[in-house]
Amino acid sequence: MRTARVVYKGAIQAAYPHTEDEIRLASGQIVNEQDVEWLPPVEPRTVFTLGLNYADHAAELSFAAPTEPLVFLKGKNTFIGHNGETRRASDVTFMHYECELAVVIGKSGKKIKKEDAYDYVAGYTVANDYALRDYLENYYRPNLRVKNRDTCTPIGPWFVSKDEVKDPMNLSLKTYINGEVKQEGTTGDMVFGIPELIENISSYMTLNEGDLILTGTPKGSVDTKVGDVVVTEVEGVGRLVNTIVGDDQFNR
Amino acid sequence: MKDIQLKFKGVEHVLDAKVDFASEQVEVNGLDYSIEQVPFDVPVSGTMYGLLLNYKDEYAALEGEMNDKPYIAPPKAPVLYIKPENTFIADGEMIPLPDEEEELRVGAALGIVIGRDATRVSKEDAYDYIAGYTVVNDISLPHTNVHRPAVKEKARDGFCPVGPWVMSKEAVANPNDLTITVKVNDEVKQTVQTKNLIRNVETIIADLTDFMTLYAGDVVLVGVDHGAPIVKENDGVTIEIEGVGTLYNRVMKESALKEVKR
Repeated sequence: MRTARVVYKGAIQAAYPHTEDEIRLASGQIVNEQDVEWLPPVEPRTVFTLGLNYADHAAELSFAAPTEPLVFLKGKNTFIGHNGETRRASDVTFMHYECELAVVIGKSGKKIKKEDAYDYVAGYTVANDYALRDYLENYYRPNLRVKNRDTCTPIGPWFVSKDEVKDPMNLSLKTYINGEVKQEGTTGDMVFGIPELIENISSYMTLNEGDLILTGTPKGSVDTKVGDVVVTEVEGVGRLVNTIVGDDQFNR
Repeated sequence: MKDIQLKFKGVEHVLDAKVDFASEQVEVNGLDYSIEQVPFDVPVSGTMYGLLLNYKDEYAALEGEMNDKPYIAPPKAPVLYIKPENTFIADGEMIPLPDEEEELRVGAALGIVIGRDATRVSKEDAYDYIAGYTVVNDISLPHTNVHRPAVKEKARDGFCPVGPWVMSKEAVANPNDLTITVKVNDEVKQTVQTKNLIRNVETIIADLTDFMTLYAGDVVLVGVDHGAPIVKENDGVTIEIEGVGTLYNRVMKESALKEVKR
């Protein structure tokens, strides 16, 4: 099952796929996907994000792949839905997207064995974990000023239940800027796969129903400019569209 | 009598109440309760952010290393971390000591409780967005390297006692001039003055909301000063913030705690 949360004519409701361009609302209405406001498909609780979880991306940033997962957390403020706009601050020189498979936890647990990990997964969605690299500092890196900015983590469009994704560890990831492919990879190249991440995190804290794990991004992070349309796509999970907007939109 | 908000265990909503420090009583819906008898629950439920390196002594202790690897340069923006909801426990509850660990570091902190959604708020307007203050014990596994996010060290279950209540902002004359006293087994181990903050309360609100929205119910810890005491199994920790409240928790082995819960 695929579900989204949208606003249509002022009403927040669930939505479901219909045709390529149209969606079916819980109200029964069939509408063009451009005619709704897309919200994040899940309201995340604790959000875990992985840094350097693809060896080629780590190498691209001149890091060795980590020997244990590099985990950081995000707040609720940073998430926006499909077809949203993300602010590029005017003083940054390098702001890149990160196409990621996001895992939605469906059942709370602690000390979960990797063999049992998928029992704790509800499903998946697509995340774009933007980074404004000019703001990187070496204290609790990656720091929140880089990774927890308002509008800087688009997510969606759909929550896809796990039965629809046969092998989450073998999905292609692609990012397009203005229609041109800029980033390509496969979830098979994760340093720590989904079962290992669930085992690792839950070894020291409870993973709760509704928590999210953003599993990291492969090589191919390039700069984005104001006006760019950035599409992050995970095979079989979704195609998440986002547009970069400048400070003038925010009266800065 | 000072206005507070509190949560009783088993009651879904946060309640308006009053506290009288002299008689050690709280008044809820016209009824008086001895503070000792109230089954306090965690009075907040939003996202909790903390600031690292925000006390002068704490900053000075690392300053000599700030130009070396892995830090390379002193920090410019506030150094932030998140305490997720699994860490929250109430006044009186046991702090779990992971079975493979011997020591925990106490993190006595003033928590700013946000009263309404705050985006791009100026220093001048900061107090309009604050509901009040609470006492927080930001427990960590002791660590000195702060290069990578300390999730494993700070985000474990039960690693964040909060409470016993939220003191209204009107009852706190100046949050930038409070004394925080930390006792372990009734012995004073640390005294902290919030006048030694590098970024004060209004600067924190302005600097954070410049790039991230703080929602009503979110909490921001102003910092944990240098010299935070270490505690071991069975130690009792009391954190008193002048005019805000007193938070008490005891450390118990995680495995023993599970037996108690059964």
